[in-house]
Amino acid sequence: MSRFTCKDPVVLDLWHAIASADEAVDGAISTTVLLEDPVAFTRSETGDPVVWTYPARTEPELPADPADHLPVLERYGYVWTSFGTPPPDLFPIPEYGEKDRRNIHAATFGVNVSAPRAIENFLDMGHFPYVHTDILGAEPHTEVREYEVEISEERDEIVATNCKFFQPMAAAASSGGTDVDYIYRVPHPYCSVLYKSSPLDESRFDVIAVFVQPVDQEHVRAHMMLTLLDETSEDTAIRLFQQTIFGQDKPILENQYPKRLPLDPRAETPIRADKSAIAYRRWLTKKGITYGVIPAAA
Amino acid sequence: MIRLYDYELSGNCYKLRLLMSFLGVEYESELVDFYPGNRHKSEAFRKINPLGQLPVIDDDGLVLRDAQAILVYLASKYDGSGKWYPRDNPDLLGQVSQWLAFADAITATASAARLHDALFYTHIDVGACRAGAHRLFRILDEHLFFAEEAGQDWICPGDHPTIADIACFPYIILSEEGGISRMDYPAIRRWCDRFKRIPGFTVMSGVFPAGPAADEDSKLAS
Ligand SMILES: N[C@@H](CCC(=O)N[C@@H](CS)C(=O)NCC(=O)O)C(=O)O
Ligand SMILES: [Fe+2]
Repeated sequence: MSRFTCKDPVVLDLWHAIASADEAVDGAISTTVLLEDPVAFTRSETGDPVVWTYPARTEPELPADPADHLPVLERYGYVWTSFGTPPPDLFPIPEYGEKDRRNIHAATFGVNVSAPRAIENFLDMGHFPYVHTDILGAEPHTEVREYEVEISEERDEIVATNCKFFQPMAAAASSGGTDVDYIYRVPHPYCSVLYKSSPLDESRFDVIAVFVQPVDQEHVRAHMMLTLLDETSEDTAIRLFQQTIFGQDKPILENQYPKRLPLDPRAETPIRADKSAIAYRRWLTKKGITYGVIPAAA
Repeated sequence: MIRLYDYELSGNCYKLRLLMSFLGVEYESELVDFYPGNRHKSEAFRKINPLGQLPVIDDDGLVLRDAQAILVYLASKYDGSGKWYPRDNPDLLGQVSQWLAFADAITATASAARLHDALFYTHIDVGACRAGAHRLFRILDEHLFFAEEAGQDWICPGDHPTIADIACFPYIILSEEGGISRMDYPAIRRWCDRFKRIPGFTVMSGVFPAGPAADEDSKLAS
């Protein structure tokens, strides 16, 4: 039996983002909660993040024996760890390494919702005009046009392509309304990466990723990362633009009921905007995920 | 032009955006990276406000901090009608001031709980903050109930809202983000709905406009 509170073997073996990389500093110990267990992290003298679990209601101390450290990765500006045997590396986001891009940690927000609900909302374009009025959508442009969803077998991820939406203010650098092209990837049960046409270069995409850290089955920390083609806007403006958007989603997410995502096919409502949501739910079912969901009755 | 040191997700900054929108006063926002940048605690910002807090305004060289103080200033200076801050009515002024202080207590409780849940202000005793907010909401709910019985729509008597309503509104409407339900405060919910229908009302992230569908009471009832 695993020593962790969470008993979902699939979720235990995943990499989970736990903090932005700049929160891990040499000489200071920070704490967070992952899958209901307290986790501490710091940065070693050699510059690598170190992560370990510690008993609740005690002062965490760095365990001397490296065998007591958890697996760790530093990727995309965040510290990642795992409670099980994670894959050798994370899913790729090649754009992150492109020289002419700005990589920005927009924020980490606590949200009172399950991780799968947070991801599903991220995939849904239908809410743009109502929740992000005059920014990511506006009436009467409420139609979600036909798009394609596939599960890439080779990469084991969901990809939704050819999504188009009219947006009054697609990004901090936008100067007016346009039809924006979207691609959504779900390369990890609790992470999504979205590509939207850049307001500055039609042929390339801005990338917005959300890495959801499950604090417990109904609370998350949502880490938001941007990699943009924007040479002019200040970091603060970009950051706060993204926070404005997320701040609008937050009450919607927190009012979802039930908080865990129901995987029973009968809970699906087959409207077009839900195509990616249905694929996501089926993918989670196939993986056998039980944490943060209401599994379909066998 | 008035410069507002501003952060979108701050309810205290929102108070000033609301009043300036009601009055049609132009201003420019100087965005402060409150989170995660913590720029309001930077040395540069402490020269503007030694308390290291938002909001602050700079009106042609006059630098003021504290949302309630700034509401008093802006209404006194820019509201020709004198309705938002009734300078010539001592009884009313006393009541407005009383509820401005009450609004700061809402900040200390309901806003603190929200910072705890959303932005990880983990040093906050969130249970005490929630309990404190519920005590205040109970008091305001009763007050508004009796005001309604007397034919009054707003926190202070009269046929027009005052800056007391503006000061109380943001952290009440955002209370759910701190785990504080308004389910048990029907008079507060009706007042929120009236507030959203004041001409010039604007939203912030996390606050939705009034509308047939977004009506507070019908939303909670459905
Ligand atoms: N009494 C002040 C309170 C202001 C306040 O709490 N501001 C928050 C942002 S909404 C802040 O700057 N908090 C940081 C701190 O208090 O250290 C007011 O009403 O303006
Ligand atoms: Fe959204």
